[in-house]
Amino acid sequence: MTRHQFIRRITPQLIILGVVLALNFLVFHDFFKIEFQNGRLFGNVIDVLNRGAPTALLCVGMTLVIATKGIDLSVGAIMAIAGATAASLIVDGHNWVSALMGALAVGALCGVWNGFLVAFLRIQPIVATLVLMVAGRGIAQLITEGTILTFLDEGLIHLGAGTVLGIPTPVLIWLFLGGAVAFFVRRTALGMLIESIGINEASSRLAGINSRVLLLCVYVVSGIGAAVAGVIVAADIQGADANNAGLWLELDAILAVVIGGNSLLGGRFSIVASLLGAMIIQSVNSVILLSGMPPEFNLVIKALLILAILVIQSPKVGHLIYILRASAPPPEVKQTTPVKDVN
Amino acid sequence: MIRTTHLPLIVTLLTFVLAYALCASQYPSMFSLRVIANLLTDNAFLGIVAVGMTFVILSGGIDLSVGSVIAFTGVFLAVILRDSSIHPLFAFGLVLIITTAFGAAMGATIHYLEMPAFIVTLAGMFLARGAAYVLSTDSVPITHEFYDMLQSVYWKTASGGRFRLIGGVMILTFIVGALVAHRTRFGQNVYALGGDASTSRLMGVPVASTTVGIYAISGGLAGLSGIVFSLYTSAGYSLATVGVELDAIAAVVIGGTLLTGGYGFVAGTFFGILIMGLIQTYIVFDGSLSSWWTKIVIGGLLFAFILLQKGLTWASTARKKAATGFNTPS
Amino acid sequence: MTDDGNPTLEAPTPEAPMLEAPMLEAKGISKFFPGTIALDDVELTLHRGEIHALLGENGAGKSTLIKCLTGVYRRDGGEIMLDGEAVDPLSTHHSQTLGIGTVYQEVNLLPNLTVAENLYLGRQPMRGPFVARRAMNAAARISLKSFGIDIDPTQPLSAFSVAIQQVVAIARAVELSGKVLILDEPTASLDREEVELLFSVIRQLTSRGIAIVFITHFIDQVFEICDRATILRNGQVVGTRQLKDVSQKDIVSLMLGRQLEARVRAPKSNVVGKTLLEIDGLRKTGMLEAFSLKLREREVVGLAGLLGSGRTETANLIFGAVRADHGAMKLRGHEIRINNPRNAVAHGFALCPEDRKTEGIVGDLSVRDNIILALQARQGWMRPIPRRKVEEIAQHYVRTLDIRLANLDMPVRLLSGGNQQKAILARWLATDPDFLILDEPTRGIDIGAHAEIIALINRLREDGMALLVASSEMEELVAYATRVIVMRDRRQVGELTGDEITSNNIIHAIAAEPMVEPAS
Repeated sequence: MTRHQFIRRITPQLIILGVVLALNFLVFHDFFKIEFQNGRLFGNVIDVLNRGAPTALLCVGMTLVIATKGIDLSVGAIMAIAGATAASLIVDGHNWVSALMGALAVGALCGVWNGFLVAFLRIQPIVATLVLMVAGRGIAQLITEGTILTFLDEGLIHLGAGTVLGIPTPVLIWLFLGGAVAFFVRRTALGMLIESIGINEASSRLAGINSRVLLLCVYVVSGIGAAVAGVIVAADIQGADANNAGLWLELDAILAVVIGGNSLLGGRFSIVASLLGAMIIQSVNSVILLSGMPPEFNLVIKALLILAILVIQSPKVGHLIYILRASAPPPEVKQTTPVKDVN
Repeated sequence: MIRTTHLPLIVTLLTFVLAYALCASQYPSMFSLRVIANLLTDNAFLGIVAVGMTFVILSGGIDLSVGSVIAFTGVFLAVILRDSSIHPLFAFGLVLIITTAFGAAMGATIHYLEMPAFIVTLAGMFLARGAAYVLSTDSVPITHEFYDMLQSVYWKTASGGRFRLIGGVMILTFIVGALVAHRTRFGQNVYALGGDASTSRLMGVPVASTTVGIYAISGGLAGLSGIVFSLYTSAGYSLATVGVELDAIAAVVIGGTLLTGGYGFVAGTFFGILIMGLIQTYIVFDGSLSSWWTKIVIGGLLFAFILLQKGLTWASTARKKAATGFNTPS
Repeated sequence: MTDDGNPTLEAPTPEAPMLEAPMLEAKGISKFFPGTIALDDVELTLHRGEIHALLGENGAGKSTLIKCLTGVYRRDGGEIMLDGEAVDPLSTHHSQTLGIGTVYQEVNLLPNLTVAENLYLGRQPMRGPFVARRAMNAAARISLKSFGIDIDPTQPLSAFSVAIQQVVAIARAVELSGKVLILDEPTASLDREEVELLFSVIRQLTSRGIAIVFITHFIDQVFEICDRATILRNGQVVGTRQLKDVSQKDIVSLMLGRQLEARVRAPKSNVVGKTLLEIDGLRKTGMLEAFSLKLREREVVGLAGLLGSGRTETANLIFGAVRADHGAMKLRGHEIRINNPRNAVAHGFALCPEDRKTEGIVGDLSVRDNIILALQARQGWMRPIPRRKVEEIAQHYVRTLDIRLANLDMPVRLLSGGNQQKAILARWLATDPDFLILDEPTRGIDIGAHAEIIALINRLREDGMALLVASSEMEELVAYATRVIVMRDRRQVGELTGDEITSNNIIHAIAAEPMVEPAS
């Protein structure tokens, strides 16, 4: 994708984000004000970036999964499991690095499980990931033994509540991981191969693509992303809450992917657009909060947002627009290559 | 003769009998009418909503909104009974109309906009939960003599078990649900849709009205379940019944209904509910086991049944291939 | 099983089979799709009690005609008279109620419902609000008995063989419609005994006065059961014949046509390289009987045969798209195993599949990505092809294959059929294969691209590649094949080499008649 195409791809999301941020500004004029106090940046914009971190981390993997025509319902549960793992490792006296590594490994394992069900047992993704969605919180509680496992390890807490160069760590983590994955899939051929599987798996297989392994990989990425999000959430509250950590965040992540203009039917994807989608969701939350509207409206507005986007994405509506446009002449397909005899 | 279509149901039944026998052998007091009566009472709201979910899943769809609809119904009833003087029966009627219409609207969206049920009902889930929040964020108690009256209706057995009204409502729902699913034209259309939507259309099944009807039933039963839940808790709370849709889906699948649609029985869901209730009861009886085991065991059962179904599908396609040979034209 | 044509059987249509007034008359049916004429002024007349074969290769217009008759498509011209009245089918359901029923190869019933439920879906006998199941099951049993099958209708449909399912579908169609019954490839997946069962049912239907359209690619079955045949080619009727007056060869040559023969025959150099690939006893139950082939460099082997003869299966098995039961392969004398397409690609194989849309193109990806897809898959995702190299490869093939497009970024699905085919060819040529399998490379593409692809095949051969081309176009095979393997009933039945390769001889071999004229 050239730079021009890339910008065109994310323009709708940028516009929506701009509008929502402007709304934020209208209801609260100090919205864009950023202060530097006690070695840390403060401000509403920073809050949006910080609070949006879990959704942003989840939507990276979710974008890849959805690009393969799949879905991962279990990410919220994986967050709980990963948070619980990190907390219990710390409580058992390990240092924060091994706690983090342990959580990531557990997340990857959950991803392998999902990916195995989808890619090798050929169970539909929504069904396959439902198993972990149902059982996952139970597993997390098993690890925390039913309590909210609190810890005081500075290193781990730093991941959720600390700052680096004045910027909250979660912001740096999601910016870095999101950026790295987005860069990686486009710099290697991974992105194209994933899209190819999502668009037409039969063709892809015939072209020699190892679709099973790639499918497994995207679920692993999703699991690892969820694990990072889980550790951040746990670090932020200095404890692992198996019941509420990441509750319903899988839905926010899916929503972010959809707002990012990625089709739920698989195919072309943009991680950057999904990340913008996550920020849009967080900015909407912020508008509701700042406007003094009761936070109860949050869900209603989210629902209406989904409906609006779905109606726009709906094949039927697309067809209707096509018919309406058909009265105008179709865009001319130009022949730029010289017509030449092959013989 | 045992048919493969009956196999999951039989496995469900065996699971239930076996599990109950195991529990009873360990805690003989679990084998009592009181426990059974409590099983019915405690799972009444879940059972009712699972009947609706059975219809949805039989048709090849999914309804994620039911938990939120139950919460909305509870809050709606609590608020309307607090703020106005209308009779609860009238409020029941009103809320059933609202939830049925809500379900029908989702069904229409799914059918006419050709959108996946999963995402439409997800929006419905947010919408209903949000509506409940907007009505009230606090738990609103319901105090009305009519409620007291309904709650005091029960049939007491000699051993002290109390079969309450709401358990009866659940059983009635299951009976009516089974009749509609297995004995009416609409029910056959539901199975047809779950078998193959485009073939059904070719065979003259009214796909639009059936789809709308299915989600209307699911919505309406979620409303009924909400009424039952409000009777059970005497309150309406917008944060209640979070995740009930997952329990309902699990009950349907453990009850032997194929998650991809077309195969299954309403009666199976009843036993699915009982199995899940049994697990909880056992954990209560045991005392030393923690409640999270419920989720893990249910997740494990869910996985086992999904595997069983997958295995059956594989077996039948393998048999068909062996019987007919490969038939792609050259 | 049944007494064929037993007049005591209840016939829903009281009139005796008569030949005077046709049951169905389709006149001047035309159907246009963007860029192609799918049906051009097609006529079809069906008499009462007649079994009428509708013949033609893929893309000849059979299914378009059926879809126009059954209301799936709206026809763009012509009229349909059913039982003396002009009708205008708007949907499958509507055409059913008018009296035109259809039964497809993939039985269009619901395997999860019982036989009786399938028979009576939407018109169940009711008792109050409930379906009268007992009455329904009894009626189903009686109905099926009248077709000579005695089964338990309370069993799920999936418990029965495809032949029984077909009969259930026929019973439903006849009871619902009762005037015209269209059977679309009903025997494609049946064994001999099942075909017998089906035929006895079909014969019995004629005694009820029903007009039957029988679509199949088994020519001997046509002669076995049909009275007349209408042959379509390129959307036009090329003839309607009384079958007792003609031979199989006449029908096959009508289907395949051979007007072009003299024109396209190109001189072929006989320089053939050393042995590249030896295939020995490749087979899979139900798909292909033992297939053996020795392929040399600079050789184009054609696979000829009618639809269903095993052409595509052969291609898929060699490429590992479907895993074979048995079979050994040697590449340049070394034993190789191919379990999946990835193995095949690694050994320098390439396959352009028959179904471009579902197995070839990756529709929403750009033309550029489609072209480099196989090469990239072979290199692995870790080693991306540098952007400049990608551009170079894509530009190169767009130029040499003359792919017409607006730009390389456009989704490949927006290209025309011929250009899509070229893009897939480019995808494989980019991997620089030693062995290229083409399955119906010219199907559904316009005449200009057609000639270009034939020229390309010849050029690739001269460059040293070995090719295996499955095709139903005789002239085409004559134009490029150095050898032709003839397939029938999923089996190799003959081989033509050198000057033997003429349309006539291929047709003879396919129709299983002795060769009459050695080509000169």
